[in-house]
Amino acid sequence: MLDDDNGPDQTRRALLKGVAVSAAVAQAAISDAPAGAATAAQPPGDQPLATVDLTINGRRERLTLDTRTTLLDTLRHKIGLTGTKKGCDHGQCGACTVLVGGKRVLSCLTLATMVRAPVTTIEGIAASDGTLHPMQQAFIDQDAFQCGYCTPGQIVSAIACVEEGHARSDDEIREYMSGNLCRCAAYPHIVAAINQAKTQMEKA
Amino acid sequence: MRPFAYVRADDVASAVRAATPAAPQAIAPTSAPSQFIAGGTLILDLMKLDTMRPERLVDINGLESTLGTIRPGPQGLRLGALVRMSQAADDPVINRDYPVIAQTLQLAAAAQLRNMASLGGNVLQRTRCQYFREPSWKACNKRDPGSGCAALDGVNRKHAVLGVSNKCIAEYPGDLAQALIALDAQVETQGPAGARTIPFDRLHRGSDTPEVETVLNPGELITGFVVPAGPWTRRSAYLKIRDRRSYAFALASAAVALDMDGDTVREARIGLGGVAYRPWRAHEAEAMLKGKPLTEASAAAAARAAFAGAKPREHNSYKVDLGQRTLVRALMQVSRMEIVA
Repeated sequence: MLDDDNGPDQTRRALLKGVAVSAAVAQAAISDAPAGAATAAQPPGDQPLATVDLTINGRRERLTLDTRTTLLDTLRHKIGLTGTKKGCDHGQCGACTVLVGGKRVLSCLTLATMVRAPVTTIEGIAASDGTLHPMQQAFIDQDAFQCGYCTPGQIVSAIACVEEGHARSDDEIREYMSGNLCRCAAYPHIVAAINQAKTQMEKA
Repeated sequence: MRPFAYVRADDVASAVRAATPAAPQAIAPTSAPSQFIAGGTLILDLMKLDTMRPERLVDINGLESTLGTIRPGPQGLRLGALVRMSQAADDPVINRDYPVIAQTLQLAAAAQLRNMASLGGNVLQRTRCQYFREPSWKACNKRDPGSGCAALDGVNRKHAVLGVSNKCIAEYPGDLAQALIALDAQVETQGPAGARTIPFDRLHRGSDTPEVETVLNPGELITGFVVPAGPWTRRSAYLKIRDRRSYAFALASAAVALDMDGDTVREARIGLGGVAYRPWRAHEAEAMLKGKPLTEASAAAAARAAFAGAKPREHNSYKVDLGQRTLVRALMQVSRMEIVA
């Protein structure tokens, strides 16, 4: 159904072109339909489609999608927001973590048609003037990554972890961040980064 | 993933209508052409694997205002089927009055999945048996009745030792179900034939019909659970033993609730996880503990009784010992809990 992430067209250049085109299309398609409305347009058998209204990082997007399209593939392939990563695609690694209605969820196990609340991705957490979120800054300060592939999911999950009140101790951070795997094993630095950002987030 | 139609339900009646087969079919509910979707964490995983192949998904997330509430009362606790795992795990009343329920949820999955998954879907989660999940294995009586069981003589380290048959040794992977079966919960459903209430210990079927996992009918929706109040619910806990400390399924687990008179057990309620084909109530162990002082020795004797019928295979015989030790430790820990009146 969708291009594989490793498909031949997914060069950085093709990706950047794609972003420009889909952004233009998306802007043109914004309408006043209620957010989250979706309808299945065809009976099973042919490729059932759904019209999906999403609010992503404060921007409204109206898309007609194959019903099978996950929120993750919608973000990456249809909207062009490739900060959210596809790791396992089965809900086991946390690389695809985004916020829906302020809660951290796995976008690989969420159908785009199911989404009823605003979505925040890694691209939407810095301030509008470009100032990094305290969690982003803390990951840099504490050297909390090596290859970086899991990092967008780690940062989004960590922000939610602090906001949920589940970052009160190192043990609690480890337990409530256990859904985000890091194969470089930057875990001690990730815990340090969350402790640093927590202090600033609680002051703010 | 195969194509499917997607519909949103506005209320319970329209959800049931949308998921009810046009003509009555003798079909396992998990194979019915229409399936409900709430959190999606189970069904989308299995659809990506091509292990579940629904033609239509009925999205019930719009029913959250009616099915998403937690209501504690003097008679017991009512949990809506669309309460999310994290919602119940963090609920202060559940943590105080039914700690075993909160703990089964806190120790399950990871934070993201707990924000998504509903309690109704959670108790219906399907086995992690790799021969079931991966359809390139031909022999799986659960996927394809009569095809055999690749796990019997395959890699079966994580498989069940209790309630198994020569048709299927898949382990039931859930945690919440062990608390609900121990506490005599009731399951409320709404289906094509109307509403009904099912004792939780009758919800799941045994391994003689691996392809039919529950007594639910196609189109029948779990709407909630009722956990009766009892003098044992506050003195309760869940012990879960895993390969890694967090974010893993149980190798062995015990949900224990005790009503104590000093050192003597008035009533014991025990659910066992990770070791059984279905949610498992250890009635024999409960009967042995009742009316007697709780000691390491009496707990060990009860644990032996709980596993007397165990049928281990090549790689999972350790579960007989691990399961008993898990139960003994859980019993001793729960007996020592300080209960604030």
